[in-house]
Amino acid sequence: MPLLRHGRVSSCSRIFSDSGFGDAAASDVIVTLRSFLDDRSSTASRRDDVAVRLRPEDDPRLLANDLDAVSLIEVEFPKYTDGRGYSIAQLLRRRYGYTRELRAVGQVLRDQLSLMRRSGFDAVVFDHPDAEGVYAEAVGELSSAYQGAADDAVSIFLRRRPGASPGGLT
Amino acid sequence: MYRYDEFDENLVRQRARQFRGQVERRLSGELPEEHFKPLRLQNGVYLQLHAYMLRVAIPYGQLDGRKLRGLADIADRYDKRYGHFTTRQNIQFNWIRLEDMPEVLDRLADVGMHAIQTSGNCIRNVTSDPFAGAAADEVEDPRPWCEIIRQWSTFHPEFSHLPRKFKIAVSGGGHDRAAIRVHDIGLDLRRNSDGEIGFEVVCGGGLGRTPHVGVTVRDWISKPELLSYLEAIMRVYNRHGRRDNKYKARIKILVNELGEATFRSLVEEEFAAQNEREKVILPLAEVDRIEAYFAPPAFDAAPAASPTLDEARRLNGDLDRWARHNLRSHKAPGYTSILVSLKPLGAAPGDATSDQMRAMADIADRFAGGDIRVAHEQDLVLTHVRLEDVPAVFAALQTAGLATANGGMITDIIACPGLDYCNLANARSISVANSIQAAFSDPDLEDMIGPLHLNISGCINACGHHHVGHIGILGVDKKGEEFYQVLFGGRADERAAIGEIAGPGLKHEDIAPALKRVVQRYLSLRSSPEETFIDALERLGQAPFREALYAAS
Ligand code: SF4
Repeated sequence: MPLLRHGRVSSCSRIFSDSGFGDAAASDVIVTLRSFLDDRSSTASRRDDVAVRLRPEDDPRLLANDLDAVSLIEVEFPKYTDGRGYSIAQLLRRRYGYTRELRAVGQVLRDQLSLMRRSGFDAVVFDHPDAEGVYAEAVGELSSAYQGAADDAVSIFLRRRPGASPGGLT
Repeated sequence: MYRYDEFDENLVRQRARQFRGQVERRLSGELPEEHFKPLRLQNGVYLQLHAYMLRVAIPYGQLDGRKLRGLADIADRYDKRYGHFTTRQNIQFNWIRLEDMPEVLDRLADVGMHAIQTSGNCIRNVTSDPFAGAAADEVEDPRPWCEIIRQWSTFHPEFSHLPRKFKIAVSGGGHDRAAIRVHDIGLDLRRNSDGEIGFEVVCGGGLGRTPHVGVTVRDWISKPELLSYLEAIMRVYNRHGRRDNKYKARIKILVNELGEATFRSLVEEEFAAQNEREKVILPLAEVDRIEAYFAPPAFDAAPAASPTLDEARRLNGDLDRWARHNLRSHKAPGYTSILVSLKPLGAAPGDATSDQMRAMADIADRFAGGDIRVAHEQDLVLTHVRLEDVPAVFAALQTAGLATANGGMITDIIACPGLDYCNLANARSISVANSIQAAFSDPDLEDMIGPLHLNISGCINACGHHHVGHIGILGVDKKGEEFYQVLFGGRADERAAIGEIAGPGLKHEDIAPALKRVVQRYLSLRSSPEETFIDALERLGQAPFREALYAAS
């Protein structure tokens, strides 16, 4: 299935392992949050360049202190109607300051791509014969947004008042 | 009234275009119904018993002549020349073809309207007091904040796939006419001890199969912090609300299962953890800009009473009776608000024909500064009418068949569409409403009874708000036959309460006679003509009324 990074078809050789790192190098696998935390707590190993896959019920705060060791976070959408992944993404990007790859996997459909991008996903695994074209079209449908989010869009509230003193923090 | 600027206009147009593409992909078969469903729902399109239904948003129930005429044109062109106003201050069209939907959305956009987020598991149309900006008892007009919330919640990327639908209501701080305590979030404008105006935040109210009155999560939050606080609540709900069972997915269940204290601390923790980057920044100038749209019209200096109106009332008994029930007090002397009942005897509650919509638009333009509201009671409201003009307004409403004199009375029934339209229904709502109206059609009897709210739902989903009627009626299905349970003692105001089921369900034909006995019992037991039905019920308890209800069997 095509992996898109910033809307461009790309590839990734890591494979998901639900049984921890095993003998694999950290850079070859994607592990569960549980495996990652186990690894962090064993002072012996403490890998770097780790990739973690979060389930919707996982608490991203548990990663917050170790984000330096993480180069990829996958967030799973078991069903596209399960919107918890959007909160996870916003937390990782805006609260915990995660800057590396954030990838949506699972049931990723065209009409959620724009929400995903706004929430901070820079990569998606998206199945479509013209994945790049559809992605570009989908994320371009709305040219402005009322809210600030984890993308670089400036909220309409602010765009209407360039230079105005913010009332939101007083 | 708020008017779209280029940003609002653009987004609504782009959304209509986006939906056009989705409908095309659906019609061509590229998009399976399963994947189309949430998209059409977020654009207000339901698949009903006979056809697709389109629910158009009327943000906080605010209309003007241009919008109402636009709705009338849609009713004529794409539907059967009428529309149905809902308890969420929206309007529904029951007979629009899917192929026509994109065009209808374009036409809505032409008059500054849309169907965005009127269904689906997202933040729905924000509702408010239909007398906002006119009521004498409000702390402040809530509509600017309704508009701000509308904008903030539109296409919110984090909160578009919530566990379940989410409804926010805002009241201006006086008597609660927006039922804020039975909403997912209810906001009430109020002053803190320093006299600064902010909001009380109520959370976890709701009707449906497990009705709850909301709890206060915050006594007071300042205006600049409001949206950030709402984001904190929404995030707690999005992350922790149940997704394993759609009947347990509303925020009321989360509040209840966690307990009020735990829920509150989760929200407060989340709110406290927001960093500068996460706060919703709302420039003060932007608040001012939006508030300016809702500035009250320049009221003429007028005496508090109008001799013209008084004289006309003396001469015309129909006008007098209508004025008694349908006029509401206004903050400006010499002015009134008018409740225009959409509950004539024998019609579907909340329905209006396209001709009636146009008549309302004309009357509003001529006598009410173009200001029209939809009330959650499924009636319409004209907010700023000079008392002098009331006789002329009455005459014009009469011509349009809109002068039913039952505002807030027993025949001003809230009822969902029920089995006639809805594919979830257990029983008919409209015909049972009509049978009750017929039983109480004697104006003298209705006058004697005074204010009494009667609400009917065709199934447990409670779209007719049966839990919060002084008398509530719920349609149930017993082995393929329609039965109706009666509830007593609900109310939707600042003393919100959930009605209690009186006992076994009654047959369709038995409901009206049974309610007649109940009302007769009330008339014989009340301490004075001033004691309303709900007051008497609260004083005496259910027992005498329950006894009267079942007296025939
Ligand atoms: S209460 Fe039930 S029958 Fe009535 S509109 Fe809602 S879902 Fe349909």
